[in-house]
Amino acid sequence: MSAKKIVEPVIKGQFTYKDLPIAAMIPVPATSLEYKTGVWRTRQPKIDYGKCIKCLLCWVFCPDAAIKRLEDDSVNVDYEYCKGCGVCETVCPVKAISMEEV
Amino acid sequence: MARQAQERIAIMGDEAIALAVKQSNVDVIAAYPITPQTIIVERLSEYVANGELDAAFIQAESEHSALSICVGASLAGARVFTSTASQGLALMHEIVYATSSMRVPMVMAIANRSLNAPLNIHCEHGDVMPERDSGWVHLFATNVQEAYDLTFIAFKLSEHPDVQLPVSVNLDAFILTHSVEPLTPISDEDASKFLPPRQPLYSIDFDSPATFGTMALPDTYMEFKYQLKEAAEKAGQVYPEVAGEYARISGRRYWYFNSYMADDADAVVLVLGSTYGTLKVAARRLREGGLKVGVVGLTMFRPFPEKQLVELLKNAKSLIVMDRAYSYGGLGGPLYMEVLAMLYRNGLRIPVMNVVYGLGGRDFRLDEAEAVLKIALDGARRGRFDEHVRWWGVRA
Amino acid sequence: MSSQTIFYKTPKDLPREEWFASGHRLCAGCGAGIAARLIFKAIRGPTVVVNPTGCVEVSTSCYPYTAWKIPYVHVAFENAAAVASGVVEAIKILNKKRGRKLHDVIVFAGDGGTFDIGLQALSGALERGHNLLYICYDNEAYMNTGIQRSGATPIGAATTTSPAGKVIPGKQERKKDLIAIAVAHKIPYAATASISHPLDLVNKVRKALEIEGPKVLHVLAPCVPGWRYPPSETVRIARLAVETRYFPVYEVEYGRVKINIRVKEPKPLEEFLKAQGRFSHLFRPENAHVLEALKKAVEENWERLVKLEESGIAL
Repeated sequence: MSAKKIVEPVIKGQFTYKDLPIAAMIPVPATSLEYKTGVWRTRQPKIDYGKCIKCLLCWVFCPDAAIKRLEDDSVNVDYEYCKGCGVCETVCPVKAISMEEV
Repeated sequence: MARQAQERIAIMGDEAIALAVKQSNVDVIAAYPITPQTIIVERLSEYVANGELDAAFIQAESEHSALSICVGASLAGARVFTSTASQGLALMHEIVYATSSMRVPMVMAIANRSLNAPLNIHCEHGDVMPERDSGWVHLFATNVQEAYDLTFIAFKLSEHPDVQLPVSVNLDAFILTHSVEPLTPISDEDASKFLPPRQPLYSIDFDSPATFGTMALPDTYMEFKYQLKEAAEKAGQVYPEVAGEYARISGRRYWYFNSYMADDADAVVLVLGSTYGTLKVAARRLREGGLKVGVVGLTMFRPFPEKQLVELLKNAKSLIVMDRAYSYGGLGGPLYMEVLAMLYRNGLRIPVMNVVYGLGGRDFRLDEAEAVLKIALDGARRGRFDEHVRWWGVRA
Repeated sequence: MSSQTIFYKTPKDLPREEWFASGHRLCAGCGAGIAARLIFKAIRGPTVVVNPTGCVEVSTSCYPYTAWKIPYVHVAFENAAAVASGVVEAIKILNKKRGRKLHDVIVFAGDGGTFDIGLQALSGALERGHNLLYICYDNEAYMNTGIQRSGATPIGAATTTSPAGKVIPGKQERKKDLIAIAVAHKIPYAATASISHPLDLVNKVRKALEIEGPKVLHVLAPCVPGWRYPPSETVRIARLAVETRYFPVYEVEYGRVKINIRVKEPKPLEEFLKAQGRFSHLFRPENAHVLEALKKAVEENWERLVKLEESGIAL
């Protein structure tokens, strides 16, 4: 079963009690990926790759796993989920991240 | 010691329950000491300590935790047992509802005892009544043999794929828990056939990770509760099948209720628990005198066997419902109120009276049982009772 | 006795796997969210999380959305340690009887569910000796219900039930010592950690998982709305808590105290306090005595830990 199959009927209001899993259990992992918290954002991080030293601290501290760690340990922002808290900007030791108005 | 052939033994109610649990391939037992269920867990801990039962025995630091441990263990796939009474059940209350609503199979023995205050350790059904609406299946034993047999049936019913609900086996404090009665156990082999190791429909598993016990908001909450309603009713539907399977190995057949000459009776008395036995003896005496009385002892209180009970009572001319519990400020005892509603919505307009008796373990003797049956007969003859509720024997 | 303690030397050693997924509804900048992400990066194999009612619970397991990629169980507020006890013992006996796969069991509970309403269940579980790791993410109040005081709220802090009033300026009682309570159960391992020091945190999680028996980890996790600071400041404030000795980072292994982050020259406590709205009233002249009481509590706690460490006495 996919996350979409769990989430979509509820969003659309198209289900009966028989369509729902037993006892409000969610039988698949990480269905929250269907919930895009990026829409909460009023500011957003911008990475200056010229300054980035690949220390990964922004990746480590992001509460939303919205900083993606790439194969070469460079990072990018997943704007689908980034809530715009700015923790990444604060923890960056080389000021490679700046928060901008959305 | 392995139990092979069916041989008659003498045993206390608590010990009989422990024996049934031992024979049920149980994996985890968690409980907290409270009179008068304590002997159940003492025996179980002995079985485990002596290597006669391969299970985890956990004495929790409270009943609330005991039931919580059971929920965790059952979600992990174990066959789980707990037992309690009175205050302990009240302390569990919050988790009682979580257990059924999370559809967690388990069996709990309840040694029905009065609730504080005043402090009293004796028999009353007022402890289980607050759990009436929880979605648990509630079974009541009228004697030690039934307490034993119903424990097996409870496990099977609880784990039935269409049910997946916790089940309580209720036995009267002291009257059954501490009374030595004859018991014919089933063999270990039959027990294992009836209850092979539990095969959970779903459980905690890293390879198939599920999220259990979520929050559901108004958009889905009612549908999840409707699932619970359906499951509780389903428990009533599959019960005869489970009880039938048990009858094949034990020779003892269980139904939604015990009844003694209720089919053709003019006056019927309905009761929960061990008082059924007293009433039965009294009814036999009155029948010998040609008085058409009958007695019904409800085995399954939840789900409520409405259809079967209506069928049984359709020719009765009067009914007394005996409650060993009371709804203070309400219309009477909980069983009475339910039966009134049942009769009304099924068009049975017979006089009904409520006898509230035996609270806090007050004795209810054979002569009193005869007296109640005679009042029922009088109601049948006159087509009415003079009062709705009588607190039997109270010095009012 | 000394188990391996360094599993992750640099941030690069942290696993890429996100067991705690995006899309959860914790506040922007939530300290508990950082704690959850990091802690579950340190799992060593099949793991189940038991989470009592609280911020993390409502934000990560609201049907039909779960942020969890590992099996997750929520039952109620006060019983996580008991539920976890049942999971541990069931898996253990089923492993013995029928070869069921073993799982590590981690409780992830807030301070209300740990210091207050869940304390009895925690005590029972620790005394019984189940093999589980109990982690408290401590944001020092009941944040989920709207910032009410808990047994973890420090003296002086304003909450919605210990407001900074004219007569009573914030909470008047000291914070409970969770680690001392845990250690009193003679458990093999108890430790504190702060989200500001992620390597210390994840190494402690992993180290604890390697130890048989009950373990307790107390993790400071600042709360944006509860502590009243801008969401970008979460990690900085957690770091100030450590650098001012407000939140000492130490471990107690078989009763012996070891301070893991030695704060030789602490920053003034005011730096930590002034960064947050919940302490702002402490800087009014009439509340100077409360500020002093908080400072005293912080100093006494640090000195006690130093003495315990120096003495080498097993608690």
